[in-house]
Amino acid sequence: MSGTLKNLTLKIWRQSGPADGGRFDTHVIDEITDEASFLEMLDILNERLVESGEEAVVFDHDCREGICGTCSLMINGQAHGPERATATCQLHMRKFSSGDTIVIEPWRASAFPIVRDLMVDRSSFDRIVESGGFITAATGGAPDANLTPIPKPVADAAMDAAQCIGCGACVAACPNGAANLFTGAKVSHLNLLPQGQAERYQRVENMVETMDEHFGSCTNHGECEAACPKEISIDVIALMNSDYRKAKTINRKSLSRV
Amino acid sequence: MSMTLDPRTLDSKIPDGSLADKWDNFKANEKLVNPANKRKFKVIVVGTGLAGASAAATLAELGYQVDAFTFHDSPRRAHSIAAQGGINAAKNYRGDGDSVHRLFYDTIKGGDFRSREANVHRLAQVSVNIIDQMVAQGVPFAREYGGMLDNRSFGGAQVSRTFYARGQTGQQLLLGAYQQLARQIGIGNVRLFNRTELVDIVNIDGRCAGIVVRDLMTGEVSSHSAHAVVLATGGYGNVFFLSTNAMACNVTAAWRAHRRGALFANPCYTQIHPTCIPQSDDFQSKLTLMSESLRNDGRVWVPKMAGDLRAPQDIPEDERDYYLERLYPSFGNLAPRDISSRAAKRAIDSGQGVGPKQNGVYLDFGDAIGRLGRNVVSERYGNLFDMYERITGENPYETPMRIYPASHYTMGGLWVDYELMTTVPGLYAAGEANFSDHGANRLGASALMQGLADGYFVLPYTISNYLSQWLNKSIPDTSHPEFARVEAEARDRYHRLASIGGTRSPDYFHRELGKIIWDYCGMERTEAGLDKALSEIPALYEEFSKDLRVTGGEDGLNQTLEKAGRVEDFFELGMLMCRDALEREESCGGHFRAEHQTAEGEALRDDENFAHVSAWEWTGDATQPNLHKEPLAYEEVDFQTRSYK
Ligand SMILES: Cc1cc2nc3c(=O)[nH]c(=O)nc-3n(C[C@H](O)[C@H](O)[C@H](O)COP(=O)(O)OP(=O)(O)OC[C@H]3O[C@@H](n4cnc5c(N)ncnc54)[C@H](O)[C@@H]3O)c2cc1C
Ligand code: SF4
Ligand code: FES
Repeated sequence: MSGTLKNLTLKIWRQSGPADGGRFDTHVIDEITDEASFLEMLDILNERLVESGEEAVVFDHDCREGICGTCSLMINGQAHGPERATATCQLHMRKFSSGDTIVIEPWRASAFPIVRDLMVDRSSFDRIVESGGFITAATGGAPDANLTPIPKPVADAAMDAAQCIGCGACVAACPNGAANLFTGAKVSHLNLLPQGQAERYQRVENMVETMDEHFGSCTNHGECEAACPKEISIDVIALMNSDYRKAKTINRKSLSRV
Repeated sequence: MSMTLDPRTLDSKIPDGSLADKWDNFKANEKLVNPANKRKFKVIVVGTGLAGASAAATLAELGYQVDAFTFHDSPRRAHSIAAQGGINAAKNYRGDGDSVHRLFYDTIKGGDFRSREANVHRLAQVSVNIIDQMVAQGVPFAREYGGMLDNRSFGGAQVSRTFYARGQTGQQLLLGAYQQLARQIGIGNVRLFNRTELVDIVNIDGRCAGIVVRDLMTGEVSSHSAHAVVLATGGYGNVFFLSTNAMACNVTAAWRAHRRGALFANPCYTQIHPTCIPQSDDFQSKLTLMSESLRNDGRVWVPKMAGDLRAPQDIPEDERDYYLERLYPSFGNLAPRDISSRAAKRAIDSGQGVGPKQNGVYLDFGDAIGRLGRNVVSERYGNLFDMYERITGENPYETPMRIYPASHYTMGGLWVDYELMTTVPGLYAAGEANFSDHGANRLGASALMQGLADGYFVLPYTISNYLSQWLNKSIPDTSHPEFARVEAEARDRYHRLASIGGTRSPDYFHRELGKIIWDYCGMERTEAGLDKALSEIPALYEEFSKDLRVTGGEDGLNQTLEKAGRVEDFFELGMLMCRDALEREESCGGHFRAEHQTAEGEALRDDENFAHVSAWEWTGDATQPNLHKEPLAYEEVDFQTRSYK
């Protein structure tokens, strides 16, 4: 069952602010149980740093259950580390071995400026959602929830896309710093559902164009899918692209007839 | 400026009429603000979880100017995102006998007759609108093959009224509310202040005039004024250090409001959730919940023999104690949380605990997999099983899960009247931050319901009743000297915390505080234990004040300093929790006083002396709070001994 890891070398990116050039600091963890989570290891390190008068390593995290999307570390060059379909906070030390050197960096993408150490600013994701990632439905006027049956496969496909946690690993993993997986996931969630049809083409147009203002272009590397902790499929990008193309050509006055 | 409060002013403002008519009567008689005038009012909403995001979006949609604040980088990260299991609503789509009245009654009973009848009834009434609203916004709730919405059962109910989106219901609901908020931000109706923490409340001339905040990126302290302020800042379960709450959840907003005159109600009503993954080591930072929905199909058991170290597969059926099924045959594995948690504690205390630290009980899916097949079980709970395996390294399809109770939710919170206003005029509290609807114990899947009810369907109505009086009158803005004074206090406070120069990190003190509270004000409380806590907490706080070490200074981003401020507020709250638990000489719901139990070890209420809300007033001295009581009178239901047998 549980065991102990010895002699881990952590190389951690430290950067005092956006203007600072940044550097790697090296810390040695003599011993840690393999039951510990990766972030608990950083907690221990930080407690040690503070108690010895040094500044704690800044990193983003909150739920520690893989759902809030706050944690965001590049671990040995991989977004969220080595375990498939796992956010940083759910990674456990049993995935590492004694004597390992672990390199820890922030997301690196021009749309995500570094705030301090391992923390980046991902508010460009919010801008994309604000531009169209919603269904306009004023509070109070909604019809009965069972009025429109939604076939289970449709609801399931929408849910598959809706599971995106907005972490940004897809952008960090992408050689172009593109946000197509994130944006495609939100577009697909809403465009697949019957409730989302009225705004379908306006939504995709607005979201894609806002995305393009902030992020690089997708050239189908597929690194995003491999890094995604929620295993969002790149099919969402195809759906987004196809709806975007239609948005540019379709006559929206006759939408109810298609 | 602390306000002196006349106990007679603790007016819950329950509308007239029969229970079923009260909400309609309120809406028929409240004062409205006409659409063109709404934009003359500014409302501050602190918190963008379910309660805050839904309130901010709806208020903005109605035409009010809204400023929304969150310490998160994005509204979507609020702790509501982590809710797994589901949300209740009295839709009766199953035709299994559900109704508004039944949901109302289940909630009152689940809360062990310690909640306010009129609020709970309104909650049950608006529950049906929530599902309609969320579906219209595109929340992909689980569906059946015919395309209709699916339901599951949760603890404390004999009907299936829980709507869910796989094991990520909170995520999907929050994304729904966040998207409505994002839309309002996009069109300029809401200004969002992210990574900004409320650090104080400003009252001027007997009303809440605004807030003081700290920009977490720059350390800068500044003021914001408004006609009304809504706190939707979540619960205080992290006072225990180890809990299922997200790491950043804290009591600061509610506590600072309390220190400025808002009464704090029933702080000792905390919920310990029965199904969490047991602690595996001493420096563990948080505990992970395994959704209550698992108890639909999982069976809870321990070995009959104490100290039985055999692997679960090697323990024959007749040597297992399915204690919930045995003790509570009509609810079985779905007995309410407080009852299930205490039953687990008893089993472990008597040496029947399982796992390497013997600190768990089994939750076994063997039967369910046999009956339904692995695919169905995986369809229902797959992501939870995966999460469990990631954390423990064990595969729950093959070996039973190990679970143990952990701090999860807080029923106590800021006292609010029927309109969700605190005792400070113009200051509202919504969602988990208030105390309103769950009495001494909350039923599963009812917090999401309450947060969205407050934000979408209650506050937008009740707030105009207050705002209307300020139409065309001037209110103080941030140039008023009171803002500068409170700002200076906040700066001094962070300066003090940053410069103590001791040897211990904030986390150290939080962990030590959590241990005291868990041991003496956790699942079981005694007079002696609480007395002990009430002497240990101030001693530890004294040590904190002398030996805290915060590196990095007060200017700019400093997570250690943020943590120090939050821990300091937990100290004062912890004292109030223990005081409240000591004062409440009865057992009810999540508050179990060992001195008050039946021969069978069940909670023994004292309706004669304790059928009231305990609302505490800050006096300036954390060890000397002042108690006010709101009597709980029931029109519709009779006090009953809660039985799930
Ligand atoms: C693991 C887990 C699972 C759960 N599952 C369920 C479930 O299945 N069903 C159910 O009904 N309930 C469930 N609950 C309970 C439920 O999730 C919460 O009670 C509910 O989501 C609280 O919502 P809220 O809007 O009140 O607060 P939160 O979602 O906690 O939001 C608080 C907000 O306030 C902000 N904030 C707080 N303090 C400040 C400050 N000082 N300054 C600025 N901003 C501040 C935060 O940034 C955040 O935006 C679960 C809880 C947990 C822990
Ligand atoms: S698509 Fe995946 S990797 Fe990208 S933000 Fe969403 S969850 Fe994260
Ligand atoms: S901390 Fe929430 S997803 Fe990792």
